[in-house]
Amino acid sequence: MAKKKKLQFALYWAASCGGCEIAVLDINEKILDVIQHADILFWPVAMDTKYSDVEAMKDESIDVCFFNGAIRNSENEYMAKLLRKKSKILIAFGSCAADGCIPGLANVSNREEAFKTIYLDNPSTDNPDRILPKTSMEVEEGELDLPEFYDTVKTLDQVVDVDYYIPGCPPPTKLISDAIDAIVEDKLPPKGSVLAPLKSVCDECPRERSEKKIKELKRVYEVDYIDPNTCLLEQGIICMGPATRGGCSAICLEANMPCTGCGGPTPNSLDQGAKMISALASVLGIENEENMSEEDIDKLIDQIKDPIGTFYKYTLPRSIINRRIMK
Amino acid sequence: MGDNFEPNIVGFLCNWCSYAGADLAGTSRLKYPASVKTIRVMCSSRVDPVFILKALKDGADGVLIAGCHPGDCHYQNGNYKANRRVKLLKKLLDELGLEPERIRFEYISASEGKEYAELVNEFTEGIRKLGPNPLK
Ligand code: FES
Repeated sequence: MAKKKKLQFALYWAASCGGCEIAVLDINEKILDVIQHADILFWPVAMDTKYSDVEAMKDESIDVCFFNGAIRNSENEYMAKLLRKKSKILIAFGSCAADGCIPGLANVSNREEAFKTIYLDNPSTDNPDRILPKTSMEVEEGELDLPEFYDTVKTLDQVVDVDYYIPGCPPPTKLISDAIDAIVEDKLPPKGSVLAPLKSVCDECPRERSEKKIKELKRVYEVDYIDPNTCLLEQGIICMGPATRGGCSAICLEANMPCTGCGGPTPNSLDQGAKMISALASVLGIENEENMSEEDIDKLIDQIKDPIGTFYKYTLPRSIINRRIMK
Repeated sequence: MGDNFEPNIVGFLCNWCSYAGADLAGTSRLKYPASVKTIRVMCSSRVDPVFILKALKDGADGVLIAGCHPGDCHYQNGNYKANRRVKLLKKLLDELGLEPERIRFEYISASEGKEYAELVNEFTEGIRKLGPNPLK
């Protein structure tokens, strides 16, 4: 039997922290399977290939590209478009590429504000000439250029067509190995699918749940004892489980910490934050609600200090209103 | 735009009370601005926060949600939920740089045609002062 042609993989990182790269290594011995079935053509974190090598490739010569990181600057966008052209299948790998994630929280600001804070106002910054990054400058050797920093962070599918999504910050190893199996066995679901279960984190959470009623909200550091067996919401701790796609086996809950939502929205939900707002408003202050004054309710709601950071920690760029409106 | 600005408001009205209230305002021939595009829902709690965010994103200058009075919701407590949702959404809008006053929840019963007309008047004037939705 003729030996099956090896698959050609590429891995790239745009605006990200590097955690997704580590997650690839976290699949441990499974990586041997990858090497058995695939050659890696391009992987800047591990291999010394250059952008020019990718530019020189024939279109669609990469079978699968795992793209992690959000689109924050023109370099990220250029590479997204280049890798799209060179790849048959493009996967938004991890929360940054899929949903915008932590880099996407910068959408509460813009370039001008960010530069001002970073290069001028930071107490530890020493910049007497008030120099700000520019996209090009003349030096003796010629012209140097830098990527343009955008006002708004975007998800990968806001700049190019994306075939599949693997959520998570970083993606759980199980989802990565399942995806690799599906690729190798040629069993990928229809284009556009999220390669993760259709369940929410709550569906995977082993904690006991009774009827949810929340009288008071607390932050994790304000609680002396967190009961490891009871639903955190019922203990007054905001847990994004109800609004978040599972696939992680609820590992944060296992570590007695609330879900913060890295799996992105549940299937068919347009906006993870809106879904959580809906869920939370349904159970917060439900006890004795007919006797609560408007002030009582306001007080309850005021316990939520940062709705964007709480409900949109990983999905601001892909949500319905995807940034702060700057005056 | 300036002086010619006519607020464009999406109104989600509960079938059992507020929609009937709005109807009464009409049959009583009360005068109030035609700013509200009415959407009838079975209960104010049917209004998913997504509807409100989407209306704003698509350019509505304001969103009005009206439901039955406390104790009167045909599904027992939908109106309480809707009230809390809107309060929570106002907090979110504030952080997003949109005026929280662009969304409003009120209790309007089937017999409150006059109150409905007044509400629309007042809300429309408030939005007129705020100006057009900056997301437009
Ligand atoms: S039925 Fe009118 S608000 Fe629920």
